Amino acid sequence: MTLDPAYLDYPRRRHGYDHDLYAWSNIHERQPVRWPDDRSLAVFVCVSLEWFPIVPGGAFVAPGHMQTAYPDYRHYTARDYGNRVGAFRLLEAFEKVGVTASFATNAAVAERYPALVAAVQAGGHEIIAHSTDMNGTIDSSLEEAGEQALIAQALTRLESATGTKPRGWLSIARSQSFRTLDLLEQHGLSYCCDWVNDELPYRFSNGLTNLPLNHELSDRQIVTVQQKSADSWAESIRDAFDWLAREAAEQGSGRILPIHLTPYIMGLPYRIAAVEQLLMDLTRRSETWFASGSAIVDAWEAQQ
Amino acid sequence: MREGSPDPGLYDYHPYTSRPKIVWPGGKTVAVWVAPNLEYYEIDPPPHPLRRAWSRPAPDVVGFSHRDHSNRVSHWRMAEVMSKHGFPGSVSLSVALCQHHPEVVADAAARGWEFFSHGIYNTRYAYDMSEQQERAIIEDSIRTVREATGQTIRGWLAPALTHTPRTLDLIAEYGLDYTCDLYHDDQVQEVRVAKGRLASIPYSLEVNDHYGFFVYNMSGREYAAALVRQFERLASEGERSGTVMCIPLHAYLIGQPHRIGPFEQALRHIAADGRAWIARAGEIVDAWREQTGAGR
Repeated sequence: MTLDPAYLDYPRRRHGYDHDLYAWSNIHERQPVRWPDDRSLAVFVCVSLEWFPIVPGGAFVAPGHMQTAYPDYRHYTARDYGNRVGAFRLLEAFEKVGVTASFATNAAVAERYPALVAAVQAGGHEIIAHSTDMNGTIDSSLEEAGEQALIAQALTRLESATGTKPRGWLSIARSQSFRTLDLLEQHGLSYCCDWVNDELPYRFSNGLTNLPLNHELSDRQIVTVQQKSADSWAESIRDAFDWLAREAAEQGSGRILPIHLTPYIMGLPYRIAAVEQLLMDLTRRSETWFASGSAIVDAWEAQQ
Repeated sequence: MREGSPDPGLYDYHPYTSRPKIVWPGGKTVAVWVAPNLEYYEIDPPPHPLRRAWSRPAPDVVGFSHRDHSNRVSHWRMAEVMSKHGFPGSVSLSVALCQHHPEVVADAAARGWEFFSHGIYNTRYAYDMSEQQERAIIEDSIRTVREATGQTIRGWLAPALTHTPRTLDLIAEYGLDYTCDLYHDDQVQEVRVAKGRLASIPYSLEVNDHYGFFVYNMSGREYAAALVRQFERLASEGERSGTVMCIPLHAYLIGQPHRIGPFEQALRHIAADGRAWIARAGEIVDAWREQTGAGR
């Protein structure tokens, strides 16, 4: 067995990336960014509102999807718990301390649960698009027409259910195809949150903005994948806050702390107190600017 | 190695408690080296018959962009913390990073870090390479690092830890002094090679940040505590004969904002202890050779 000689060809070995999706830059050498009211740390709370059809499908099976043979009542209902109970716990926690968040919302959630949408809107939060439902996964195995239709449907259904055109997009599992960025841009979106390579917004080559939503700090990664406690999650977020606040002060440039929450994960009775206490503590820090995705992107764009 | 044999014949057996006494410079008991992996992962590499580069069809957005975080954000964060506490890096380098992001390589070189090869890309695997192909990646590594930094590489960590039965013989033939691919010991050891000689320097999978966070699911603080415990034990046992502690890192993991603070505390602890010889990989191998009667 020997390898194909072409395995040692490197046609894209060149300065910059081996793709043209965006350009390289070093965050520590960019023009400083300033957030409103001299706050140095934008805290971007993003909540995923997910509806999992009891029949899994899509380009790939989304994290959190059904696991047993049909009908998987266990996972269908445990996920839907987030939409009935957990999300409202989070909304109350936000209201208590004045957090403005972005809710990445499956179109199906907006259509099925108008009371939840109304509560999100009444809280002054932003709604961003999060595909159609949890079968609306995207990767390169999708045909172009299928991906185009999926994104169009997610946006029109979300808009008609909420009355607002979303400016932001979060893909399920942050998964895209090579076409997704162009499709999102062509559908009039301003930003997506899928690429985790940075800690400030940046522009893709096609003009769309990336607002990084650190998956390593998400409740899914820390609590569900790494199986840490809610207190361990909160400790990690606090450590991140302290580091970023210090780095912002030293470099004279704003930073972003992304907190990605899932109602069926952090909205449980035994975990919610850790969220509430954390948000309370962050509210007391003079560096904190709780902001929606759009507010952060707008503040950043105004300085470019 | 003895290809096809149940015992690959990589080294001789030496029980830990009856070895010549190694004393590190300044009478230190443990040589501590930090090995940042400076890597480039291709977004859509050619397929290898034995291993998939990404778990998702290209582009694997999270897989690719997570690693890209190193080259935009976290390399400098990690490097600053290391420099501040006096830890030089011995870099496991995807040598194509010299082309893609020479800015990162230049930063590491300016800090006085040593470079060894980690293959061309961390998405090109050595399994099933012919001898000629493997020579090509070794020669490419030597040439690329020399052109980019002026350094001649002295060590090898196989790309994505992928080997052939002849890798160790070949790198010794090309004059490399150490391999980081063998995990059988806490001291520098001799490797059996066809021609010349080769040392194995303890790298570490067990306290590699990747294992800490993705195999053992540690929090940043738990990982920092594991490093301190690893250090304390090796520093103490090193009184009998000098040990080696390696801290293998990936900026996109250790340089995340929730992990870098606790990591800095661990480095501060090790630097302040007084028993650590904080060194680069090549210096450690040289000091060991001098004391084992086979100096360069």
